[in-house]
Amino acid sequence: MIRFKNYVKAENLEEAFALNQKKSSVIGGGMMWLKVQSRVKMTLVDLSGLGLDGIEEKEDEFSIGAMCTLRQLETHEGLNACFNGVFKECTRSIVGVQFRNGATVGGSVFGRFGFSDIITCLLALDTYVELYKGGLVPLEEFCRMKSNRDILVRIHIKKDGRRAVYASQRMSKTDFPVIACCAAQKAGKFYVSVGARPAKAELVVLEENQDCLKEELAKRASERFTYGTNMRGSGAYRKNLAEIYIKRLLEALEQEER
Amino acid sequence: MEIEFTLNGKMTYEEIADDTTLFHLLRRKGCYSVKCGCETENCGLCTVLVNGKSRLSCSFLAARANGCDVVTLEGVEKEAKLFGSYLAAEGAEQCGFCSPGLIMNVLAMEREEILDDEGIKEYLAGNLCRCSGYMGQLRAIKNYLSRGEKRDEL
Ligand SMILES: Cc1cc2nc3c(=O)[nH]c(=O)nc-3n(C[C@H](O)[C@H](O)[C@H](O)COP(=O)(O)OP(=O)(O)OC[C@H]3O[C@@H](n4cnc5c(N)ncnc54)[C@H](O)[C@@H]3O)c2cc1C
Ligand code: FES
Ligand code: FES
Repeated sequence: MIRFKNYVKAENLEEAFALNQKKSSVIGGGMMWLKVQSRVKMTLVDLSGLGLDGIEEKEDEFSIGAMCTLRQLETHEGLNACFNGVFKECTRSIVGVQFRNGATVGGSVFGRFGFSDIITCLLALDTYVELYKGGLVPLEEFCRMKSNRDILVRIHIKKDGRRAVYASQRMSKTDFPVIACCAAQKAGKFYVSVGARPAKAELVVLEENQDCLKEELAKRASERFTYGTNMRGSGAYRKNLAEIYIKRLLEALEQEER
Repeated sequence: MEIEFTLNGKMTYEEIADDTTLFHLLRRKGCYSVKCGCETENCGLCTVLVNGKSRLSCSFLAARANGCDVVTLEGVEKEAKLFGSYLAAEGAEQCGFCSPGLIMNVLAMEREEILDDEGIKEYLAGNLCRCSGYMGQLRAIKNYLSRGEKRDEL
């Protein structure tokens, strides 16, 4: 359990940012990850009073506040209608409903966890991270950046006509994923992201090739990632899984198109 | 710090250390139905309703309960008794340790009108029971949720 001395509900982002510059401060998102840490801090900075808990659908994008919960992603009709239900699919196995009513988008993206279903899903879409000081950064770049003391304000997902599908494999239904895959298609390109390898998700972009079997494309895609071993599975096993899931996802995209 | 919230319908004021969890606060207030069964946010035993949504009180800052409406099993006696009778009818309960958390999440589920088998299982996946195989509970929950229809049939 994380311990701290002072709880501060920030009144604006500037205050939250200023407080967070101290090493002894920590930003509180949904607290689900922080709760299982045994850290001791001086100040917990709460972002829950800043109106960042909504999903806003605009003409060209979805703008999602850092404090929006995973359960909101899962149940938001507009978001799921636009992206074929991938948000339901990538959240449904994360622990339980009560947990997803707590865990936030901000904590999930800022944490850049290797096992993250959320990052895996968002990477295959045209996603940007809005940082208080750092401004708008493509998610792919954000994933490569080192963690700093900035604040994630919102994420933005472009409505660029991408269709997406998602799959993960788990040892039991609500465990961390052994492998997580998302594939999206737009204008002759496939966007394939694979997470829980167990390293954090990465993206490869493939040209759609009519003469090439999905099996061959999936093999090529899976070979462009590296895989590692942990208690949930070996690197070789993960590579095998990735190839199979990517193939299934590409086939699912094709079927949907028909 | 001082917080003010509604606990089972009653306005409540409390002086708390800033990092108190809602779980500890509720125990302190005598809500002994709320228990902590794990350190990994997996068991669901600590489930309570905050502003109508089921939440894990073990991971919820009491400071954030300020201004909220908090309901524990103690506040839904009637519903709990009714659902309990369905559980008993199916012989679903063994030690009963998991029931308070399960009941609170079933009540949250009922509000979201989830009725199909798969939906129910998924909704309750975060409530662990170490005695049973969940089948009795599932039967009881389905009977409980369809009780309205049965009443109409009679
Ligand atoms: C037991 C358990 C099982 C899990 N299983 C899965 C799983 O299967 N799949 C999956 O994808 N995820 C899983 N997760 C991760 C979970 O879904 C969340 O991503 C995680 O809890 C972080 O979100 P949070 O809102 O709880 O963040 P917090 O715990 O509040 O914060 C996490 C970190 O991010 C920082 N932070 C939070 N918000 C911001 C912000 N707006 N700006 C800057 N920094 C911020 C915090 O300071 C902290 O360092 C699991 C977590 C736990 C504890
Ligand atoms: S005590 Fe197990 S989930 Fe809260
Ligand atoms: S009946 Fe014993 S834990 Fe569920």
